[in-house]
Amino acid sequence: MAFYVVQFLTGLASAASLFLVASGLSIIFGVTRIVNFAHGAFYMIGAYIAFTLTERLSGAFGFWGGIVLAALAVALIGVIVEMVLLRRIYHAPELFQLLATFGLTLMVEDLVVLIWGPDDLVGRRAPGFKGAIDFFGQNIPSYDLFLIVLGPVVLGILWLLFQRTRWGVLVRAATQDRDMVAALGVNQKWLFTSVFAVGVFLAALGGALQIPRDAVHHAMDLRIIVEVFVVVVIGGLGSIVGAFVAAVLVSELNAFGILIFPKISIILVFLVMAVVLIVRPWGLFGKPEAAARKTPGLTVNPWRPLTSNERLMALAALVVAAMLPLFAGNYLLTVGSEIAIFVIFAVSLHFLMSVGGLASFGHAAYFGLGAYGIAFLAKMAGLPMIVCLLLGPLLGCMGAAVFGFFAVQLSGVYFAMLTLAFAQIVWSIAFQWVNVTGGDNGILGLWPSSWAASPSRFYWLALGVAALVTVALRAMVFSPFGYALRATRDSVLRSEAIGIDAKRIQWTAFVIAGTTAGIGGALFAYLKGSVFPDNLGISLSVDALVMVLLGGVETVSGAVIGAIVYKALNIWLVSQTDLSKLVLGGFIMLIVVVFPKGIVGMLEMLAQRRKKASPPGSPLLAKPIESAE
Amino acid sequence: MKLTVQDLNSHYGPAHILFDIGFEVGEGEVVALLGRNGAGKSTTFRSIVGLVAQRSGRITFEGKDVSTKPTHEIVREGLGYVPEERRIFTDLTVEENLEVGRQPKRPNAPHWTREKLFALFPNLGEMKNRPGGRMSGGEQQMLTIARTLMGNPSLVLLDEPSEGLSPKIVEQMVDAILTMKKEGVSIVVSEQNLHFARLISDRAYIIERGRICFGGTMAELDARPDIRDAHLSL
Repeated sequence: MAFYVVQFLTGLASAASLFLVASGLSIIFGVTRIVNFAHGAFYMIGAYIAFTLTERLSGAFGFWGGIVLAALAVALIGVIVEMVLLRRIYHAPELFQLLATFGLTLMVEDLVVLIWGPDDLVGRRAPGFKGAIDFFGQNIPSYDLFLIVLGPVVLGILWLLFQRTRWGVLVRAATQDRDMVAALGVNQKWLFTSVFAVGVFLAALGGALQIPRDAVHHAMDLRIIVEVFVVVVIGGLGSIVGAFVAAVLVSELNAFGILIFPKISIILVFLVMAVVLIVRPWGLFGKPEAAARKTPGLTVNPWRPLTSNERLMALAALVVAAMLPLFAGNYLLTVGSEIAIFVIFAVSLHFLMSVGGLASFGHAAYFGLGAYGIAFLAKMAGLPMIVCLLLGPLLGCMGAAVFGFFAVQLSGVYFAMLTLAFAQIVWSIAFQWVNVTGGDNGILGLWPSSWAASPSRFYWLALGVAALVTVALRAMVFSPFGYALRATRDSVLRSEAIGIDAKRIQWTAFVIAGTTAGIGGALFAYLKGSVFPDNLGISLSVDALVMVLLGGVETVSGAVIGAIVYKALNIWLVSQTDLSKLVLGGFIMLIVVVFPKGIVGMLEMLAQRRKKASPPGSPLLAKPIESAE
Repeated sequence: MKLTVQDLNSHYGPAHILFDIGFEVGEGEVVALLGRNGAGKSTTFRSIVGLVAQRSGRITFEGKDVSTKPTHEIVREGLGYVPEERRIFTDLTVEENLEVGRQPKRPNAPHWTREKLFALFPNLGEMKNRPGGRMSGGEQQMLTIARTLMGNPSLVLLDEPSEGLSPKIVEQMVDAILTMKKEGVSIVVSEQNLHFARLISDRAYIIERGRICFGGTMAELDARPDIRDAHLSL
């Protein structure tokens, strides 16, 4: 019994940090509508700076002062980031801010290693809380007890801040209608900056308070950000109390899950999140969103099929690409194959995200399922490659059919989070079900049949499939199904009013996108000769998002260009420098600020400008809340 | 002049909405901006307070050019705006809604306190702690006006204050607007309801398809039934 009580208390102690970080994310999202991917990075910097400060400053004051100073310093960094980066992109298309903060995360991951080195750092114990308390023969660290008390105290302080101060009232008002707040004379800019500072302060404090419990390392950010997303979604975006309850729930699930279901402990949390989202789509303490936000700017450049000239140009580009084996070596051809495969992957997400308006944060699940499908068919059933390639993607198709059915019941950020949860479930299965999937060791020794074995032949295969998939999905965009899908994207209500079964259309799109991703994954398995849980991990899902956003989310062909540029740059940078993440992150942020419409979006805009003088002002920065009177 | 609008042009994306709008409001005057649904009344107001990104022209408030200023700075000059859709903060109580609108005293404008506003709108005083989302449409309309008055404006843009309200509430609204006028607040009120406008306004402009097509006193408007019929009747 005592053991379970101690386990429970350990869970509560872990909840404290999680709550701090999650409440910060929730506050920032509420007001600025930015899903701050860099929140985990701020948490990590908080831990690193606190480590340095508590090492340098001596005594009890030095320790606690160091923790608070670290959080303040990171909040200052947050203010600079908000003023320099985010202020420029508040009116960019939704999710674009996600791309910017992702770029920031990449940079921080490299910077941290550059400054503090790659090794784990073990910090000082907290003065006054070094011992442990005996509880019926079980030890409870007294620092854990401190954290258990701290959580509710911070909750209380935040509650007072939001209910009893003018700043809190303004923040709550802005959470609901930020333009109206401006129309009452409140300077939004400073409100946003201060909210961002408070949110980042909380994240950094959460990180700093972890140093007596855990080693500080350079992968802390990704681990916490996924958990924090889960907490915020279970609790309800924008609800502080919800973040607290969900943080406790998630931490206890982690603490007990490992005892009761050691095999599926990772899945448990995501399973609970999926159930919560299906039963209460806006989270335990959240409120249903009043009205869907307008799709920004889509009317400016109406989509149209390629003209015959443009078709010829695309064909010419394909022919040039097909001539690569004439002069390139094996390495370049492998790189080319990989890029072609990622074009397939990006195009499939683009179909879901740009055409269907459903931004999936877990698209890698279907890519990876396709890859695992190949592995099962080839290794266990021993089927030949051509059969595997035709059947393997079916696993991605089935996964998409099951998960998509639930996911399309939601929209917006909640859709994104549910798809993320599903992807993590699949990842956990691949990671933990060692008997079948090989776990972390993956499944090795998948080689293409002789007809596709040489690098140039495999390249042609990948290129051909990529071209076919791209053409097929493009044709679908301009088919009646594509029109219906775009109608549901622009207004579910209006499309249903003219007889479109929106959920069924969206589900179909989800399955199409999942199957297509599965095709990419199947080829990828043969290219690499192996499959690993990483093939369906979160970083691959983020890669896909970046490729689509980079190319231009509001364009038809952006994903192709985005995939080529991002993947080529990525591979090249990894081969050139140890600091590839730093350079890539900086590049992404530059693109976001300079070309807020993506690469293809920018080219289209230039082409249009040349055609006719555009109306005064820049249409792409038109405020999203505007509606013609 | 309190407020002068000259050559105001506005766009939503590629659509040109307002064409060379021009009008004036004198000190302490109540001016009606009349027009049908979609004529451009709300867009005119939104352009004046800087909520329309693509706008050009010259807007002078109390002698200062505010055409290029951001929304919150324009409002802080003393130019209050009451939007058409009310846009109450539904999660906030009546008192908290008022708090969002609070701005410092202004020398040239009446100073409004909570107590004074609760006297002007007695209904609000009875529900100080009620969330905005649980109020009737009429009560919400009163709250939006009260909220804007908390900023102590010397001029208020009122966008269709009578829309969707019961006759009894409209009467209260007329009284409230006349009280505001007596206190010295200049008012521009957009309306489709000529009867309502006549009860409160000194002068009127008619807007049609984004263009001003009439300007004059209420008596001059009454002398021109042809204009009234062409631009206002349904």
